[in-house]
Amino acid sequence: MLEIRNLYASVGEVEILKGINLKVKAGEVHALMGPNGSGKSTLAFVLAGKPGYVATSGKVTYQGEDLLGMKPEDRARAGVFLSFQHPVEVPGVRLDQFLRAGFNAIHKSKGLEELDPLKFDRMLRQRVKVVGIDPALTKRSVNDGFSGGEKKRNEVLQMAVLEPTLAILDEPDSGLDVDALRTVAQGINQLRSPEKAILLVTHYQRILNYVIPDFVHVLVDGRIVKSGGKELALEIEAEGYEKFEQPQEEAIQSPG
Amino acid sequence: MTPSPATATSSYIAALEAFEKDGFNQDPGWTRALRKEAIARFSELGFPTARRGNEEWKYTDVGPIAQAPFRPPTAPGVAKLGASALKRFTFGERRWHRLVFVDGSFNQRLSFLSALPTGVKVLNLAEALKSRSTLVREHLAGHADYSNQAFTALNTAFVHDGAFVHVPDGAVVEEPIHILFLTTSREKDTVSHPRVLVVTGRHSKTTIIESYGGLTDARYLSNAVSEVVVGPGASVEHYRIQRHSEEAYHVGTTQAVLGRDGHFSSVTFDLGGALVRNNLNVLMGDEGSSCMLNGVYLVTRSQKIDNQVTIDHAKAHTTSRELYKGVLDGQSKAVFHGSIIVRRDAQKVDARQEDKNLLLSDQAEANIKPAFWIYADDVKCGHGAATGRLDESTLFYLRSRGLSEDDAQSLLVRGFVNEVIETISCDPLRAHIGDLVTATLQEL
Repeated sequence: MLEIRNLYASVGEVEILKGINLKVKAGEVHALMGPNGSGKSTLAFVLAGKPGYVATSGKVTYQGEDLLGMKPEDRARAGVFLSFQHPVEVPGVRLDQFLRAGFNAIHKSKGLEELDPLKFDRMLRQRVKVVGIDPALTKRSVNDGFSGGEKKRNEVLQMAVLEPTLAILDEPDSGLDVDALRTVAQGINQLRSPEKAILLVTHYQRILNYVIPDFVHVLVDGRIVKSGGKELALEIEAEGYEKFEQPQEEAIQSPG
Repeated sequence: MTPSPATATSSYIAALEAFEKDGFNQDPGWTRALRKEAIARFSELGFPTARRGNEEWKYTDVGPIAQAPFRPPTAPGVAKLGASALKRFTFGERRWHRLVFVDGSFNQRLSFLSALPTGVKVLNLAEALKSRSTLVREHLAGHADYSNQAFTALNTAFVHDGAFVHVPDGAVVEEPIHILFLTTSREKDTVSHPRVLVVTGRHSKTTIIESYGGLTDARYLSNAVSEVVVGPGASVEHYRIQRHSEEAYHVGTTQAVLGRDGHFSSVTFDLGGALVRNNLNVLMGDEGSSCMLNGVYLVTRSQKIDNQVTIDHAKAHTTSRELYKGVLDGQSKAVFHGSIIVRRDAQKVDARQEDKNLLLSDQAEANIKPAFWIYADDVKCGHGAATGRLDESTLFYLRSRGLSEDDAQSLLVRGFVNEVIETISCDPLRAHIGDLVTATLQEL
């Protein structure tokens, strides 16, 4: 479904991703772990098409298409979803209206039925239950005045409504207490299916107790330095990232 | 060639002389005297075209208004104007009271009044000059300053028809009163002087909607003056919707005077016009009075909008809140000049002023000029001003959910002005204005 080949990317003048290779197949859950500043969020933004996050070389194909050549909205319409680590506050724009606009834009591009406010509201209320969010939040401005936990749940709600094919979740667990973590994890697990894939970016192993990954990758300094099964996450939990951060033979490059 | 002040004003003097002979000759003597005095003031003042030392008109050049020989239409009041042509402007609910003025004259056929509470009078001014002469005389031109303001003097010089609303003590007018001024003449450079007088009594409650628009491609001038008297403990909600054609010049002056514990709320929407200047003056005339003055302006291409808002806190324990928001595209220009005056001994005044602009193009320009004149020492005054662009991260957030760049932008702009729209307390009006704003934004 997703294939990243030797991807280099920069933000401004700074090169952050230095040769990422990753293959994600339908039905799989990949956890991408790494210390702060390793490039996890950058990869998520490059995949979602955030302006200013520039792929300088390499290739990314999604369902056989050149993902990097697509506008952010076209990626969303093709089924790519990014759950933001820091969801953006949008004063004056009501969550339900915003979500309906997104939902209908995606449905329209696929030739599917667009929903009027009434029908959409019915569907939204049902999804709200699943995510365990206060229904009143859907009538408020997007993320405006939401608590940290509410913002994270709201990202999962949006995912549940838009039903993406590839969900890239950028630290959906950061700042959550155990209860919130469980509901967020539950929302993510609901999306799991043989047709869909998840790339779960996280700093901590904790969420992987609830969302069991098929693969775990360790990202250090813009490269995937190790890949393995779910046990790799436990290893990181026990020993930290230090041992991966040691200069490795094949990773050494002359400075500058 | 720039005409001298004398030639710029002489055509108006001649036009008035003609009216005094025919059209205005049935008015009471005091009205004729008032007009005479006002035209004299106007010809002394001239149009405020000076570019030096002219703080009030610093950013807005009214040269084009002074230069064009604006005249009253020779065939006023297009008789055939049907309800369908009007539809664009007669938004709202069927049961709302409606007074329609076409090219300056009252149009009975297009107007409509629901049942009004006992004692409430809603009628055209030309009629009120005859039937309510005492009350009208007490207030008309008694509040809006025509001795120093040229445009107010010019309007007052032609005072004859317009809207008159009187709400006596304790009366509550449930439905909004919609006063609609339309320019329809196809002649080039016509002028009208819309006039509104609203007098409300003790503990009364009134909602007024003034709207202005044009059904013509020709250039015209609309020079409006409204006086609103808010009685003790009374509440007046005043909405103003300006949707002139992009060829039109509009100068609109609103003077509100508040009695003890009176409340005045004003929400203005400027969605049209080539050159628009609004003067909103509020006199906090007695203790405990409060006002909320909000506005939205949406301009594009070469449109110019200038909002001059002056609040005179003449008495202690008075409160004012201002929130204006502008969206500027193309090469448009906006001016917001908010003055707050706190008189000596007007202690415990609480005033807050805010103006925010969203620029959608590099060529658009916003000038914000807050001015505070504070002569009391125990007061709370604050202001905020901001001019910025749409936030890239927010745009990306919306696009990442499937919205096109254009749709994301529209949603954000609508969200930006929503803060003001939300302050409209009348539900159907809020919905109707919300739709108008959305439609205007789509055309930006």
